[in-house]
Amino acid sequence: METNDDDIFRALADRSRRRLLDRLHATDGQSLGDLCAGLNMTRQAVAKHLAVLEGANLIASKRQGREKLHYINPVPINEIAERWISKFEQPRLSALSDLKNDLEGESYG
Amino acid sequence: MDNAAKSSFVYVTYIKATPERLWEALISPEFAAKYWLGNRPEAEWKVGGAWKLVFPDGAIADVGEITAFDPPKRLSIRWRNEWAPELNAEGWSVCTMELEPVGEAVKLTVAHGIERENSKFIAGVSGGWPQILSNLKSLLETGSVVLPPREARP
Repeated sequence: METNDDDIFRALADRSRRRLLDRLHATDGQSLGDLCAGLNMTRQAVAKHLAVLEGANLIASKRQGREKLHYINPVPINEIAERWISKFEQPRLSALSDLKNDLEGESYG
Repeated sequence: MDNAAKSSFVYVTYIKATPERLWEALISPEFAAKYWLGNRPEAEWKVGGAWKLVFPDGAIADVGEITAFDPPKRLSIRWRNEWAPELNAEGWSVCTMELEPVGEAVKLTVAHGIERENSKFIAGVSGGWPQILSNLKSLLETGSVVLPPREARP
């Protein structure tokens, strides 16, 4: 299940899903039941939104006993930010120019 | 993984690489320094081995011990801050990295937790990991990092 930018933007283009991310950002590691509390959405709808968010790698889940806990995963959002922002805040390091060769060499093959 | 930790996060990234290559990137100090914002992890890579994270100026950032070492699948570190007294006082955290092949990529899951509510240490490292993981992904997939090493400690 590798994700791409389209999945991420599709997942974010929904107010309810952004709200679920906000709730996980406030309190990380919540179960489906926790996330449903105080929301005007059916449990099925919340479960469906969580599946879309997990499919876009915007949340990660982990089993703890009988519960599945959901965690916000900011890594893809960080990648989006760096794609357009990082250019303006950092000079490129010349030391990195031969890194690709290092990496593609046999020692890392 | 670390169950029931009171402060924790779970971060996931998919990297186009073999598990072996990603594993090597996690444990090679020279390689890690390139994506770990200039800091360098050093360890005796075996269960029970000492582990430390070293700042670019040579000062010790964090110390710990390897608690799981199962290449190229699972690495777990018992981890404590060493340079900031208030973070050091929070005691030991557990960081677990898991690698799982998915198609042509590897799913890398990093979970880091501590047995205390509202941990400042976990809040601190949770801000650093997305940058480190984005750098690692970019380095392995394109050969360059998105954020260069810092000159000094934060």
